[in-house]
Amino acid sequence: MQDILLNIKGLHASAGEKEILKGVDLEIRRGEVHAIMGPNGAGKSTLSAVLSGKPDYAVTAGSVTFAGEDLLAMSPEQRSWAGLFLSFQYPVEIPGVTISAFMKAALAARRKAAGLGELSASEFITLMKEKMAFVGMDPSFSKRPVNVGFSGGEKKRAEIFQMAMLDPVLSILDETDSGLDVDALKVVADGVNAMRSPDKATIIITHYRKLLEYVRPDRVHVLKAGRIVCSGGEELADVIENEGFDKF
Amino acid sequence: MKEEGDIIGKITSAQYKEGFVTDVEQEFVPKGLNEDIIRTISRIKDEPEWLLEFRLDAFRKWQKMEKPSWGHLDLPPIDFQDIIYYAAPKKDSERPREIDPKLQETFDKLGIPLNERKVLAGVVAVDAVFDSVSVTTTFRKTLAEKGIIFCSFSEAVKEHPDLVRKYLATVVPSGDNFYAALNSAVFSDGSFCYIPRGVRCPMELSSYFRINARGTGQFERTLIVADEDSYVSYMEGCTAPMRDEQQLHAAVVEIIVEKGADVKYSTVQNWYPGDAEGRGGILNLVTKRGLCRGEGSHLSWTQVETGSAITWKYPSTILRGDNSSSEFYSVALTNNLQQADTGTKMVHVGRNTKSRIVSKGISAGKSQNSYRGLVAIGRDAAGARNYSQCDSLLIGPLCGAHTFPVIRNSCPSAVVEHEATTSKISEDQLFYCNQRGIPPEDAVGLIVGGYAREVLSRLPMEFAVEARKLLSVSLEGAVG
Repeated sequence: MQDILLNIKGLHASAGEKEILKGVDLEIRRGEVHAIMGPNGAGKSTLSAVLSGKPDYAVTAGSVTFAGEDLLAMSPEQRSWAGLFLSFQYPVEIPGVTISAFMKAALAARRKAAGLGELSASEFITLMKEKMAFVGMDPSFSKRPVNVGFSGGEKKRAEIFQMAMLDPVLSILDETDSGLDVDALKVVADGVNAMRSPDKATIIITHYRKLLEYVRPDRVHVLKAGRIVCSGGEELADVIENEGFDKF
Repeated sequence: MKEEGDIIGKITSAQYKEGFVTDVEQEFVPKGLNEDIIRTISRIKDEPEWLLEFRLDAFRKWQKMEKPSWGHLDLPPIDFQDIIYYAAPKKDSERPREIDPKLQETFDKLGIPLNERKVLAGVVAVDAVFDSVSVTTTFRKTLAEKGIIFCSFSEAVKEHPDLVRKYLATVVPSGDNFYAALNSAVFSDGSFCYIPRGVRCPMELSSYFRINARGTGQFERTLIVADEDSYVSYMEGCTAPMRDEQQLHAAVVEIIVEKGADVKYSTVQNWYPGDAEGRGGILNLVTKRGLCRGEGSHLSWTQVETGSAITWKYPSTILRGDNSSSEFYSVALTNNLQQADTGTKMVHVGRNTKSRIVSKGISAGKSQNSYRGLVAIGRDAAGARNYSQCDSLLIGPLCGAHTFPVIRNSCPSAVVEHEATTSKISEDQLFYCNQRGIPPEDAVGLIVGGYAREVLSRLPMEFAVEARKLLSVSLEGAVG
């Protein structure tokens, strides 16, 4: 198994005419948790969007390999099948589609891509129950339409639930902590910690150090004006917390 | 940001897997429409004099009528003299009672089993109509044991003339509208169904309409009578071959619901919609109406409309009995160059009558999709209530969705509510699904299924599964 899970080299990306990422280099090894911090407008969400293949962004230079494969050549769903998961900053509502139906479709698609048959109804229900319990979600949520009428905390919890269901190799948490109270933050942290393993990795994109008190990162990066301007250990998060982003 | 059109707007023609032609020897009446043709049809069907008179009377009315032009439709001119009004597969003269194996095969291919042994016991009884004639009606004997009559309209005329005569045209008079008058003049086959007093029909009844012959029109006539305190769930389905020419389907369906009776009428309409350039397809110009005649009677319409080049259809209910109620649940999907102008009329006559309208339009491609509805509440309909909800979903930037709701309320104590929404499948929804590993086409199917869920959940189980698939298939190519 390749040690380097994600390798970003000289990545430039723009939305429309505007260049947002201006040469990002980042290497993430299996087993690691990386935090990417930065001020508003630094390009944090653009990075997660480009990695997950959101169609609104154009990569103008650079390369990204994921487990040795060319990530940028893959469609969003292929990236998902390969094990990339994005916890959305703003989870999207899908009226009339229950969480259960949504997860069923997601699991069926990835199992099909892997040449596996569908899970039986009872296997699926067992898995749903297990993962809902894992994130402390009320079982009644399985019958509710995806994100419709969910509170901010419920949406984020539902994202972590989906992450647990899909068991990704690389999880990207895009400001999953923003707007969460301490209890909800702990749910997110517990979810991430429980999924730490030697062959998986996590990217936590955040403004604040708070989440990093619960999920201790191996590396912290400062993203500013489209570039990673500083990298270090978890102590870097303390520096940012105390001194802000201006010094970088 | 990329134009939404770049991503969603790539339109290709959908797969229509029912588009095959059955190679079977058929007999036709000559092309064209006049009194002789009508007499010929009546003679072929060996009809009583009163029915011929009914036809001729309707024809004379029709000749004086104008084609309605109020629909939000670009209806091509129809040359009524260039249509064959009767086409039937030839019977084997030595074995007139047997079903031609080719027809058997056709319906098998369409998933409509004509062989009762192949069907799980007590599931669905089928009246299978091929062009102008009914091929067979299954489970007739089983149903007859409960006194239920379920047969082709033609057989009903022969075997139950009093019932047919008593109810025919009592809900849709022969001069009701242009296409209903045409149908009354030339109708060929359809289904007849009578549920006697107090009987709960033990299985779903269904009619399946298949157009096969080139150059023909199909003019089905269906009559359903639910006597006091009875119950029936009736479903209809339909398909046609893929052709460059357009074909006319002008049906009339009448439903009479007596005191305390309950009728559930479900349609999955999958006529050939034409190709991506708008060539061919069925012109579906249909009059469907039910009369809740008795006190506490109930009629529920559920329709899933995915087919036809043009749909002009307003299943309606006249709520005459006090405390009677009716619902209209509709999903109408148009793609490519399809046009639909569909909705309902709820006419409240009796006291405390209730109606509910839930219409879900889905427009994709360059299609035009209209909801047209009338809620009319008469002076004496004290305590009447209506709730209408009309939602439109747009897929891509080139389609249109329109809503034409009319409310006429002459009763001060009535309560009428109307809600409407228009939404789009957003890029964000699609991307969210894609990120979870759900490919674009499946994602659209999922989102549309969710949007239509309230209606689909009203369909009988075996129909709901088919309808869900059909919605996905009909949208194939709607997302690039």
